[in-house]
Amino acid sequence: MAGTAVRGRLTWQTATVSSVADETARVRTITLSVPDWAGHRAGQHLDVRLTADDGYVAERSYSIASAPGEPLAITVERLDDGEVSPYLTEDLRPDDEIEIRGPIGGYFVWDPPGQAPLLLLAGGSGVVPLRAILRHRSRTGSSVPARLLYSARSLGEVIYQAELAQPADGVEVIYTLTREQPPGWSGYARRVDQPMVAEVAWPVARAPVAYACGPTNFVEAVAADLVALGYQPVKVKTERFGATGGG
Amino acid sequence: MEPLEDLVVDGNAIGGLLIEVFGTEMTTAVGTCGSCGMVAQVAELAVYRPGLGTVVRCRNCGNVLMVFVQARGVTCVDLRGLASLVS
Repeated sequence: MAGTAVRGRLTWQTATVSSVADETARVRTITLSVPDWAGHRAGQHLDVRLTADDGYVAERSYSIASAPGEPLAITVERLDDGEVSPYLTEDLRPDDEIEIRGPIGGYFVWDPPGQAPLLLLAGGSGVVPLRAILRHRSRTGSSVPARLLYSARSLGEVIYQAELAQPADGVEVIYTLTREQPPGWSGYARRVDQPMVAEVAWPVARAPVAYACGPTNFVEAVAADLVALGYQPVKVKTERFGATGGG
Repeated sequence: MEPLEDLVVDGNAIGGLLIEVFGTEMTTAVGTCGSCGMVAQVAELAVYRPGLGTVVRCRNCGNVLMVFVQARGVTCVDLRGLASLVS
């Protein structure tokens, strides 16, 4: 592929898979090597394009899982009827090549230093860009307090479980397991609702900023809950990925 | 504003398409609905992708703000629903 990316223009680039790592039974992190990668901000995403032998093209957008400065990685959930995610999570091997373009997005991003306490709300694989934000916070030595409320069906479906079990100083991770809980579970065990958001959210007086990412109905609900608590709508950043993540 | 249905996504999802069309990052651009006057960042708009194209609607009144249809490497763009779009 000739040429280099023109600044401000988005061009498809060939990425080589450096490694793959299973996060859960259905979720895999894919680390990519991209010679001309321009760097990214925490919370941005990239597009993946797959071209079949017959010329059929499928494109999907995935949140970047790694912090700026780390090797580029995406975390992909397999959707059984998807066109792209089964290939990415089951067939892709180190040294394989895929086409990507990015980074994309300037809205759902967090840049240090930032003074506002961070409230991160994840539904399922919506945790991916929030993980990039948490890693970026740690890598830049930020001391802003951060809370992650992560809704998953079961502990087995929690992505980045080992990493989130050892949060950085100033970071709290709160789970709600909506469908199945391990024996002795003392945490939340229901869908995120207004009382839960009220318990977890930073007081409005601390001028927090919230990032909510997940299925559309999850994001709609938590964003409305935060605004009802008095959060300014402009301080509630949202990213909705539909019912399932789109494939 | 009514909550969005399950299948609807938001403007974040079409950041790549918008850079393709406009040549610059557009999810933080501010659009004004030509019907109700609602002002919102593109990332916050409702995005429907029924298959052949992409339809962007106002969160307040449902007015169609932008339509993108891609065929044979050409993207057709209809922005008539917007009063303004400022990046």
